[in-house]
Amino acid sequence: MIIANEITGRLTWGAFLHALITEGAVVGMALALLALAALVTYKRRWRWLWTEWLTTVDPKKLGVMYILVAITMLVRSGADVLLMRLQQATSVGSSQGVIPTSMFQQLFSAHGTIMIFFVAMGLMFGIINLVLPLQIGSRDVAFPFLNATSFWLFAAGMALVNVSLGIGQFSAAGWLAYPPLSELQYSPGVGVSYWIWSLQIAGIGSLLAAVNFFVTILRMRCPGMTLMKMPMFAWSVLCSMFLAMFAFPILTVTLALLFLDRAIGTHFFTGGGGGNMMMYVNLIWAWGHPEVYILVLPAFGIYSEVVATFSRKPLFGYASMVAALVAITILAFSVWVHHFFTMGAGADVNGFFGIMTMIIAVPTGVKIFNWLATMFRGRIKFATPMYWFMGFVGLFTIGGVAGVMLAMPAIDFQLHNSLFLVAHFHTMLVSGVLFGDFAGLIYWFPKVCGFRLNERLLKYSFWCWFIGFIVVFVPLYILGFMGATRRLDHYAASTGWQPLFIISGLGSLIIAAGLALLILQVGVSIRQRATTRDVDGDPWNGRTLEWTTTSPPPVYNFATIPVVHGRDPFWAAKQEDAAPPETRAFGDIHMPKNTPVGMFVGGFAFVVGFTLIWHIYWLTILAVLGILITAAIRTTSTDESEYTIRAAEVARLESSRQGVLV
Amino acid sequence: MPVIGRSKRVLAAVALLVLAIVGALVVLAAYLRSVDISVLEPKGPIASQEQHLIIITALLSLFVVIPVLGLVVAFAVKYREGNTKAQYSPTLASSKRFETVWWIYPSALIVILSIITWNSAHSLDPFKPLDSKTQALTIQVVSLDWKWLFIYPDQGVACVNEMVIPNDTPVDLLLTSDAPMNSFWIPQLSGQIYAMPGMQTQLHLEASSAGTFRGLSANISGAGFSGMTFSTSSRSMPAFREWIDATLRSPKTLDQQAYSVLARPTENAPISCFTDSDASLFSSIILRYMAPGSPSMNMAPGSS
Repeated sequence: MIIANEITGRLTWGAFLHALITEGAVVGMALALLALAALVTYKRRWRWLWTEWLTTVDPKKLGVMYILVAITMLVRSGADVLLMRLQQATSVGSSQGVIPTSMFQQLFSAHGTIMIFFVAMGLMFGIINLVLPLQIGSRDVAFPFLNATSFWLFAAGMALVNVSLGIGQFSAAGWLAYPPLSELQYSPGVGVSYWIWSLQIAGIGSLLAAVNFFVTILRMRCPGMTLMKMPMFAWSVLCSMFLAMFAFPILTVTLALLFLDRAIGTHFFTGGGGGNMMMYVNLIWAWGHPEVYILVLPAFGIYSEVVATFSRKPLFGYASMVAALVAITILAFSVWVHHFFTMGAGADVNGFFGIMTMIIAVPTGVKIFNWLATMFRGRIKFATPMYWFMGFVGLFTIGGVAGVMLAMPAIDFQLHNSLFLVAHFHTMLVSGVLFGDFAGLIYWFPKVCGFRLNERLLKYSFWCWFIGFIVVFVPLYILGFMGATRRLDHYAASTGWQPLFIISGLGSLIIAAGLALLILQVGVSIRQRATTRDVDGDPWNGRTLEWTTTSPPPVYNFATIPVVHGRDPFWAAKQEDAAPPETRAFGDIHMPKNTPVGMFVGGFAFVVGFTLIWHIYWLTILAVLGILITAAIRTTSTDESEYTIRAAEVARLESSRQGVLV
Repeated sequence: MPVIGRSKRVLAAVALLVLAIVGALVVLAAYLRSVDISVLEPKGPIASQEQHLIIITALLSLFVVIPVLGLVVAFAVKYREGNTKAQYSPTLASSKRFETVWWIYPSALIVILSIITWNSAHSLDPFKPLDSKTQALTIQVVSLDWKWLFIYPDQGVACVNEMVIPNDTPVDLLLTSDAPMNSFWIPQLSGQIYAMPGMQTQLHLEASSAGTFRGLSANISGAGFSGMTFSTSSRSMPAFREWIDATLRSPKTLDQQAYSVLARPTENAPISCFTDSDASLFSSIILRYMAPGSPSMNMAPGSS
């Protein structure tokens, strides 16, 4: 019996007790954080951490922080995967495997949530922050303070998911928490509440970031850069942010309604009392399907940049690439029902949404053909980003075939919720999103850090990911045909599934090796940086504006705002062999001041989420007041929120940077 | 030594790799022959039409897969940096003709697939009764925490976690849930359909031979979800009648009270059968989720 206490709500000592393996993970994470804090203290870097990073509003630094969080979460989720694979490989017949059902169900719920919200979204926003302002010749984003706030909301959501490991438990209702399973009646614990509030807080951060980048692209392009002269990555971000602006409010409302059901007994989605659980399923996928394109479009943009650069040719069919992006953006909102053909919507509805889904294959196919045509008559340099692209084309095409099958309602009845479906969407998300983000990270790494990564180790990492992926997911495709459904923590020996689950488990070890190589090679690369330094800011013979500035770029990105006359302006300039003018007239540059307010807002948001989960309402009120008051102080403050770098100072900085270049 | 030795070593490595892959495929093939690949080995007309669709779609997809994979490998090899003999056109950026081709080519394929999609969405609609001269058998299915209840309204029997059907006879399934959502799936007989509280869905299927087929829930429904398997036993009509008669003699009856005990959460429930004394049980389960005290809400489930 849970009795709410006025001070600590429903939080009791019991919430801290867990299975040994969970406690191990919690202790491990706590020790890692402590070690990090000790290192910062030992190196006397607290002030540096505060002024250079925690309070920053520089999108380049926010981008790095997004990526660090995302990679950390990728490691955590990878560990979750290994446990799930181990369970499914061993839990057959009389054996119950290695972990209890409740933990297994939390693992797959957390895996989906973390991979989408804190890995894929984190990598995406990280790369957008790093690259987009540079690509459009801008010094900053439209709303720098809002940008920092978005990051800290993202971090607060991430922290909530991980706190659930140590205090209470996470949702066991799957990554989309369909009611009525996610309602209080069937999930009375705090798990679903953790899910709701981590997504709600991170989701609001994503929505704000989407508005920010949408406005940035529309308002802050450099002179001469018309929409049709933008790099394709900028176009893909524009489309993705457009989707996010319309999709994320749906998520916000849906989560809020589910929370009201659970907290105050409303009946929006409950079984009885006039609730409509299918309304939830419609709403969550009206966000959820566009979300897939929110993630994949920027990755398509990255591939467009990578293929053009390494083929030494302009991107083929620019206009049709833009048309394809826009077509996908519009169609993305018209296919959500294909996630539940099996709920009996009727032949006309299913047929319509099946056809709409198939139509998306057309613009996607056009993009792939245009990439191939970009390679045609090129001089292709197979640097590692190209490896990820090649792997993407191979896997994405196969995954697309599976997708066309699933788009046909009559086939979907047989494959929905099976491991075939699981294999399909992993193929699309891993090759489409993750491989794309990896390609982008490797491609733009020298721009951010000033030296290239270790190509040889990266190639080993790629092969581990690529081969490991096949070894993990081909068995899952077959298991789907064998009638194996997702999320099973136990199955009968007579099914004959075990050998395939074991092979799949071995494959996950190969991917783990790939991930380890991907991370560890950064250390090797740092040690070798003297030989791989990017001295001229243009390590790949690039085409777009981000390669015209130094690596790493100055805080203001460009000393003088560039003026462009066509696509691929840097490539064109290099062809004309025009030497940069000796003396440039520098002007004063206005940049936003650092501020800790974004971090405070994120911190308060974390408290809001945590206290709502545990019913510590007095603290919720204080934390909400905290957000409102800090925001009010920030907006009414008479302090200048910008500072000026005088022209003379810019000239001095630039001459010292030019010195580095020589 | 360096050049020839290296190429020989590469050759040996490639040969070994090919051998390993072929070996793995042979083992995989042998394994796959020894197990049931339910979806591809259908035992009823619905599942077998769905299997045909899977194969047709896969074959049609090859019209895209083969050119894409072929071209990407061919271009990668031909236009690699090291091959200076290949033509290099650093300004080639568009071609109206070619771009038109690859807007139209996938579109044409999608038109064909869309026609198949629309037609099969109708012909294989799970709510559509099967065409058959044989009188259909109606079974009401209730998903519970965490077991399946099969009610035979016309025969007056009910069973937990076992569905017995006559072969070559259409079966009309009416489904609901008195628990979170589940998805009812017998891969060898037909695709799945959700069972949801307060709602009734339908599924129509037929077994074309006698046999036992695995059934399960395909949608996460809580702690006992993995154990929500059931067995579907298809028998000749005489054997089916015999089973009904035997079950009618079961000492257990399924009235509202027995049902409320049954509906309590249990995991891995064993097969057990009842004589069904309450003919309105199924509709009463659905109505429990409707607005209270409104008999007009009775939507007469069970009419098929």
